[in-house]
Amino acid sequence: MARTAVSRRLNWRIGTVREVRQETPTIRTLVFDIPDWPGHAAGQHIDVRLTAPDGYQAQRSYSIGSAWTDGGTVELTVQKLDDGEVSPYLVDVVEPGDQIELRGPVGGWFVWRPAQTDPVLLIGGGSGVVPLMAMIRQRSLAKTMQPFRLIYSVRTPEDICYADELRRRVRDDGGLDVRYVYTRKTPQGWPDPPKRIDVATLNTYGWPPDFAADTFVCGPTSFVETAADILVALGHDPRRIRTERFGGK
Amino acid sequence: MNVLDGNALAGDLAEIFAVDVTAARFVCAGCGHADAVATLQLFGHAPASVGRCPECTDVVIRLVRADDRVFLDMRGTVRLELPMSGS
Repeated sequence: MARTAVSRRLNWRIGTVREVRQETPTIRTLVFDIPDWPGHAAGQHIDVRLTAPDGYQAQRSYSIGSAWTDGGTVELTVQKLDDGEVSPYLVDVVEPGDQIELRGPVGGWFVWRPAQTDPVLLIGGGSGVVPLMAMIRQRSLAKTMQPFRLIYSVRTPEDICYADELRRRVRDDGGLDVRYVYTRKTPQGWPDPPKRIDVATLNTYGWPPDFAADTFVCGPTSFVETAADILVALGHDPRRIRTERFGGK
Repeated sequence: MNVLDGNALAGDLAEIFAVDVTAARFVCAGCGHADAVATLQLFGHAPASVGRCPECTDVVIRLVRADDRVFLDMRGTVRLELPMSGS
């Protein structure tokens, strides 16, 4: 067929859900088997397309949470948006064995590759942590010791995605550390009251500007704009800051 | 309406172009601001998306997917600078 002859063209394909993991009350990870998956870089996306019986289609782009190795899995970690068209289905309905139409990997800008050896600052709000987690996992696979720091803003301690794995990686992966910011409720004994990410947070817990870190900021639009503006005001090179916004609250 | 950014256009653009256009730099026809296509403010979802300049909010890219074709309106960028590997 003429269409398949155009081999470089990105095509939709079918992935089979192998496993689902509930990460928080509103966030779930879907583990996919996708035949002939070409591999992906940390930070890339997959587009998911759902088709209703009447032919109506809804398409969304989700970050891949897993790092790639041969024979590895492709994982999407999805937060349910109550008014969403696609995410409630992925979070509440999909079961192992289900088949989903998807395409990818796509995106080459919000990406970290192990060949980038500068320190890395990751700033995530809510489920914006997903592509950042792929970078942390990729770093671990590459067995580098390069400094990685994650500043992760969540509403409450119960909303931390990948909490156990982050705890384990901070313990085992030398050079990685994580700082949480709680916006609504803190754990008992936490030194700060609940607050949004601010100048003091990024000044105290981010890298100093002269580290020339590769910086990745991902979260809701207002979070991303606030964090990026603060970084620039603190003297960070805007060209080293990469941002990704998603439509959640 | 939810605001996304140009990163979310990667799939639709990869259907058309051989290189990743989200990493290309646009120059806004309205204000001259230049940055990666990934940084555009994106309104709407496939099949119809509008990418606006994050600096002046002028429309830079419009992409509409129909059954058998794509309409790509790029009058809002005076130039696209594409990183090419291996050249």
